[in-house]
Amino acid sequence: MSNTTIEVAGLRKRFGQTVALDGMTFTVNPGKVTAFVGPNGAGKSTTMRVILGLDAAEAGHALIGGRPYRSLRHPLTRVGALLDAGALQPSRTARNHLLWLAHSHGLGAGRVDEVIAEVGLAKASRRKAGGYSLGMRQRLGIAAALLGDPPVLMLDEPFNGMDPEGIVWMRGFLRALAAQGRAVLVSSHLMSELQESAGHLVVVGRGKVIADTSVADLIASASGDRVTVRTSARWDAMTTLTNAGATASATGDDTVTVSGLPAERIVAVLGQGNVPFSEVSAHQATLEEAYMNLTRDAVEYRAEPATEIVR
Amino acid sequence: MTAATLTPPRQGAAAGRDGFMHLLHAEWTKFRTVRGWVVAIAVAGLVTLLLGVYTGARSQEGCPGGPCHFTIPTGPGGEAVTDTYYFVHRPLAADGSITVRVTSLTEVMDTAMTPQGTAQTQPALVPWSKAGLIISAGAAQGSSYAAVVVTGSHGSRMQWNYTGDSPGLAGGASATSPRWLRLTRSGDVITGYDSADGTTWSMIDTVTLPGLPLTVQAGLFATSPGYTQQTSQQITGGSSGGAPTDATATFDRVNLEGGWPGNSWTGTPVNGGRSSISYPAAVAGGYHQAGGTFTVTGSGDIAPGVNGASSIDQTLAGMFIGLIAVIVVGALFITAEYRRGLIRVTLAASPRPGRVLAAKAIVLGAVTFAAGLIGAGGAILIGTPLLRANGSPIYPMTTLTEVRVIAGTAALVAVFAVFALGVGTILRRGAGTVAAVLTAVILPYLLTAAFPVLPTAAANWLLRVAPAAGFAIKQVIPQYPQVDGGYAPFQGYFPLAPWAGFAVTCGYAALALTLAAVLLRRRDA
Repeated sequence: MSNTTIEVAGLRKRFGQTVALDGMTFTVNPGKVTAFVGPNGAGKSTTMRVILGLDAAEAGHALIGGRPYRSLRHPLTRVGALLDAGALQPSRTARNHLLWLAHSHGLGAGRVDEVIAEVGLAKASRRKAGGYSLGMRQRLGIAAALLGDPPVLMLDEPFNGMDPEGIVWMRGFLRALAAQGRAVLVSSHLMSELQESAGHLVVVGRGKVIADTSVADLIASASGDRVTVRTSARWDAMTTLTNAGATASATGDDTVTVSGLPAERIVAVLGQGNVPFSEVSAHQATLEEAYMNLTRDAVEYRAEPATEIVR
Repeated sequence: MTAATLTPPRQGAAAGRDGFMHLLHAEWTKFRTVRGWVVAIAVAGLVTLLLGVYTGARSQEGCPGGPCHFTIPTGPGGEAVTDTYYFVHRPLAADGSITVRVTSLTEVMDTAMTPQGTAQTQPALVPWSKAGLIISAGAAQGSSYAAVVVTGSHGSRMQWNYTGDSPGLAGGASATSPRWLRLTRSGDVITGYDSADGTTWSMIDTVTLPGLPLTVQAGLFATSPGYTQQTSQQITGGSSGGAPTDATATFDRVNLEGGWPGNSWTGTPVNGGRSSISYPAAVAGGYHQAGGTFTVTGSGDIAPGVNGASSIDQTLAGMFIGLIAVIVVGALFITAEYRRGLIRVTLAASPRPGRVLAAKAIVLGAVTFAAGLIGAGGAILIGTPLLRANGSPIYPMTTLTEVRVIAGTAALVAVFAVFALGVGTILRRGAGTVAAVLTAVILPYLLTAAFPVLPTAAANWLLRVAPAAGFAIKQVIPQYPQVDGGYAPFQGYFPLAPWAGFAVTCGYAALALTLAAVLLRRRDA
């Protein structure tokens, strides 16, 4: 087994009556960003804490390169983790926060200054971390995770509190880390944040994995065999296609979404019926849409009626 | 599938000890990079030091016309002694022995003055009144000696060099039941005997008095300590008072054998030159000889000194202020991590909780020990000479005792800090931890020693079982069974010996740390 994997198998954990983890199972592989997504309360943070040996699972196991985290001699050189950007002593400077972490692994101030530069905090590093914005704390947390130059990175909600510029930087940074061959697990409750950077998806809800798939596959499956028809004669098109055995519904002023017929057949049917159309294209679901379909049943806290979630 | 750009894994190179040194380094960095903690500990040390110096500089003894500048007599071992009695003696210039029969020992104590101002006395029972035979290097206070005595209610005994004490026959001396006593000298070896009838003798003890001169003073004596010594004359606290007493003993059948060069007895009040010290107002010491019968009246004691002097620990009052800061920092060293979730970062970096706790305890202990050493050392080493210069009688002690008080106080401060660390790990809340530790540490001391609201028995019990027991480490003046001293905590006496009390506190700290380590391992972080 490679050093560069996270293997989570059959994790179960309850907090009182609440089931937090219900057979959580997945593997994180090197060389790509794995998005760990699911609604709030789905068990993402708990899973990460179990991986780091901070919380104990009642069943199952979590291994880093085949070994439990607690058995690692110099864990920061194996796994870099950002669990909570607010986990720092406010009166300590950012640089000193990294310095004690570095000292715990026999690393020096030189390495601290390197990671500070990498996350773009060089100018602010001698300020008290308590005065940092949430976005800056996220950068500081990333710097801490990078200290030991680990092959595995695990970041819990790193986009929280970041400004748009920070989000763009973070996406690129995550891609670059993965491109160096690291396994990168990034959690989020907002799929949109990870749309462009994630190569693999682990979608969770209610403590277990709902989907473990590549981004391309997920979008394909969410798109189904639906076809979008753009036409000025909406009603004619729907009548003609329904008569040909398809299911058609109006999804816009001049669009009809069709399922049950392949695109080629639709073009033929519309041509035979002399229905004008300007475009026939395979429907492309957004990642957000696919994610929403998957997690609809797993959302823990839902407003009624179900109209929210997209921000 | 591993990345080309990654540094090679640093496995194996660092052994466990290396890892622990890194952990210590990390915890030290954590400590020194929070300015509030560093300042608090530095202030704790400085407050202790400065208050000790202030105590010394401000003290003025209340003798009319200025400082008293009286000194505490010290015995052959350098220990403080009480050495005040009436001595009827003659020289003994070679080996020899002296035998006597004691037919009575009675005591009187001072009573309240009448409105007319006439001093009055009334009979009293003074358990440690003493009368008997003594062989002494001289009549100066603090001289080397050995004695066989009849006491008020502790039977007959042999005592020597102030701290030595061996029991003989039980019961006192009276006309119907007299007590026979004998001392023999052979070089510097003195042997004491007692007898109920003058024919059947039993040896009580035999002792060597190193450096005893060839010619010694030997004879009869009587003395009697103050009636209520629970109220001490110590400056540190408590009320002074109590009534002076004297003892009058009747001797006959005096028999001398060996080298007694003189032919008459001399009466000397041994009192260090201070007149009428602690005699009841109506009486004075002296002796009366009629035929073979001697009546000797004396007041005071020949015993280890426990009263009348300040001990150096009075310069340590500032420690309690410093200790509050130390306990707060000790608690915050872990509870601040819980408050912010930083404990997860700590445990992720060092996934072995027991070692993390050990590293924290060592760093915190070392830092607070250093602060305690500066505080207690400065307070005592600067404050005590100032006290002496201002005329306060300071209980004499050995360098070893001084080192024990200074280093022990510093160690105690460190152990309290570690105790707070342990409790903080268990409770995970700063305020609750500080409240709990202050209740366990400072409160018992306040109730028993600083503001003694508890009766002595309750105070002694509390200071045996509470974490505050460790304050015994700063006790300077030892307790002796042959002196009724009261020995209450507010007088600076603790129910446990210094290191025993310290061990109780260490036990609490160890218990808290062990429980903390177990919880840290079992609990979700």
